[in-house]
Amino acid sequence: MADQATYNYKVVRQFSIMAIVWGIVGMTVGVYIAAELAWPFLNFDIPYLSFGRLRPLHTNAVIFAFGGSVLFATSYYVVQRTCHTRLFGGGLAAFTFWGWQLVIVLAALSFPLGITSSKEYAELEWPIDILITVIWVVYAVVFFGTIMKRKTPHIYVANWFYGAFIITIAVLHIFNNLEIPVSLTKSYSVYAGVQDAMVQWWYGHNAVGFFLTAGFLGMMYYFVPKQAGRPVYSYRLSIVHFWALVFTYIWAGPHHLHYTALPDWTQSLGMVMSLILLAPSWGGMINGIMTLSGAWEKLRSDPVIRFMIVSLSFYGMSTFEGPMMAIKTVNALSHYTDWTVGHVHSGALGWVAMVSMGSLYYMIPRLFNKEMYSMKLIEIHFWLATIGVLLYISSMWVSGIMQGLMWRAVNADGTLTYSFIESVEAMHPFYVIRMLGGLLFLAGMCIMALNVWRTVAGSEPQEAKIPEPVLAH
Amino acid sequence: MFDFVSPFWSWFIIAGTGGGIIAMFILNIWLGKDSGPKGENGETVTMGHVWDEDLAEYNNPLPKWWLNMFYITLVFGIVYLILYPGMGSFQGVLGWTQANQYDTEVKAADAQYGPLYEKHLKVPVAALVKDADALKMGERLYLNYCTVCHGSDAGGGPGYPNLRDEDWLWGGTPEQIKAGITNGRMGMMPPKGGKTDMTEADVQDVAAYVFSLSGRDAKAGDAAKGKTTFDTVCMACHLPDGKGNQALGGANLTDNIWLYGGSEKAVHKTITEGRSGKMPAHGEFLGEAKVHLLTAYIYSLSNK
Repeated sequence: MADQATYNYKVVRQFSIMAIVWGIVGMTVGVYIAAELAWPFLNFDIPYLSFGRLRPLHTNAVIFAFGGSVLFATSYYVVQRTCHTRLFGGGLAAFTFWGWQLVIVLAALSFPLGITSSKEYAELEWPIDILITVIWVVYAVVFFGTIMKRKTPHIYVANWFYGAFIITIAVLHIFNNLEIPVSLTKSYSVYAGVQDAMVQWWYGHNAVGFFLTAGFLGMMYYFVPKQAGRPVYSYRLSIVHFWALVFTYIWAGPHHLHYTALPDWTQSLGMVMSLILLAPSWGGMINGIMTLSGAWEKLRSDPVIRFMIVSLSFYGMSTFEGPMMAIKTVNALSHYTDWTVGHVHSGALGWVAMVSMGSLYYMIPRLFNKEMYSMKLIEIHFWLATIGVLLYISSMWVSGIMQGLMWRAVNADGTLTYSFIESVEAMHPFYVIRMLGGLLFLAGMCIMALNVWRTVAGSEPQEAKIPEPVLAH
Repeated sequence: MFDFVSPFWSWFIIAGTGGGIIAMFILNIWLGKDSGPKGENGETVTMGHVWDEDLAEYNNPLPKWWLNMFYITLVFGIVYLILYPGMGSFQGVLGWTQANQYDTEVKAADAQYGPLYEKHLKVPVAALVKDADALKMGERLYLNYCTVCHGSDAGGGPGYPNLRDEDWLWGGTPEQIKAGITNGRMGMMPPKGGKTDMTEADVQDVAAYVFSLSGRDAKAGDAAKGKTTFDTVCMACHLPDGKGNQALGGANLTDNIWLYGGSEKAVHKTITEGRSGKMPAHGEFLGEAKVHLLTAYIYSLSNK
């Protein structure tokens, strides 16, 4: 079983299946709170169902439960296969699986109960934070341990990105969650005032930059060339954009705090670095899309390739939009509006979820030794997801820009043209469209679950033998 | 705004930012020069490393347009950090701060809009209520600043007075309304009117008497007994006849209008726990002229 001649696929299978389960849970909560925004009576005056408690459940479930499980699954798969060695550390990988699932369950219980440290994307309270830290350190040991005992002379590019993601998330998680407990379920941040806000957004934007970008770029660098059957377009481009990306992202956080109590110099640096981030981000997109070029004919026959090309397109689009929104004058319009929400989802649904789905569709037949049950269903999933994202982000663009314009419109005497509630009223139809977009996306996810279930049922997974590495010629 | 505790941190920021930007320049120049390995016939070949059976890498040159875009953003960054604050405690050659941007914009707005309001300041409220344009301006001010508490129809809500009716806690003359907007109001009903030894039965009796003042019958309590307590405790603010002392914001208890609800339960709670209401001061924030127009608008709501 734990034979050094085979890959450890068990933990990859576990994380892959749970990724789909948590994807459905997280997206269901997302659709529900989107419906609450359109029809507020849906909270039924039940505190556990109120938007304020379910929203962190949604974000944590999709980012850390769904996204996290995909990252664990793919990184374990990729690091083994590109190092030609079994995962380091024996049972440690299994520990990260069960530990991570425990964290998710604790999150799903504590958020509806109103237990929160109130830091966005870091709402979990201190005992769970400590648990995450332990799991993360073990994850790093397994990952880097595997790299250390690799049979190949060079470290494959995907592993640079996974490595950067693992190290940086550890640093971000620890420093943003430094807090003083007052009880088992309540703690206060050690930082105060604007410094707390700055640390929070240093963490918050890099949760996007490293968790949702670097990690998923690692995924892209393995599954895109594999599925396309083509070499990566440019090694040197991967070097330039890797180093520029990891350096620049760390500075971008202050653009969440434009025109606040944050000192001017910090805001300027955040804006400048966010703009510089455009090229490094697009470096990844170019490397992915150019790797696919030469395999364009596969777009017609292979829905998995389609997931990948669309995800790269959304990646390019949202990493163009992001730097633009970080410019102070644009931010003055977009900040606090639905535009931000749309931007996040064009990245989260269009890029992160789509590349995850493509990667899972690649891995699952290999993990379970069985062809996917239905290619047709993958195709339906693809279209539901694509139309869902488009509805979501276009409704939020219109709603957000409208909101921003309504808030700043003034009459001839300098008074505001619209009261706040008028802008809320105007958003209603777009909230309905957004909910429908989310519903389509969720429907696609359910079809994926059905397809995977029919594939996995009755399969007889076997541990794959580790082939000898091909040495440089 | 720079609040570095020592010059070290300023230099630390400058070194990190400048060093990072320079490093990206070097990286681009270094790797942007030549292209990757070529085969015998000049065709693109991979780097020669293979992972996982068939993963390989070409080493194509960095796309020119992409490289140029990278340089442009880097140059923009440098120029921006020369013009604006960013490099530690260096203020930027433009001397811009968000605080002075705010001041400039407010000054410009005051210069543009100020005279529109000033010209109404000389007209007394009683005359202003006949000026449709002035009332329209007052209404817009109301919608901007007052609706959150008093509602967009000025009908109020629990704890927030209705501004359309004849019932005024602090008086309804233009002067009294203006004083309320300018300086705010602090309404305070102490628990049990300050007579802390009041029993549960006493509270019910007082409630019954209070209901009788507006011609209502309470299910519980003895109004006659309640009157004795009322006449020694409550009358200080609500006056012996229950009509309320406007100088203290004492509510009129005879008109069947209830700021905190008129059910027996609500009145019982009001007496037992007391109430406090706060209207924030707006004088300094809005300025005299806007307060004047607002006063006219609010006065007009109950004085058609």
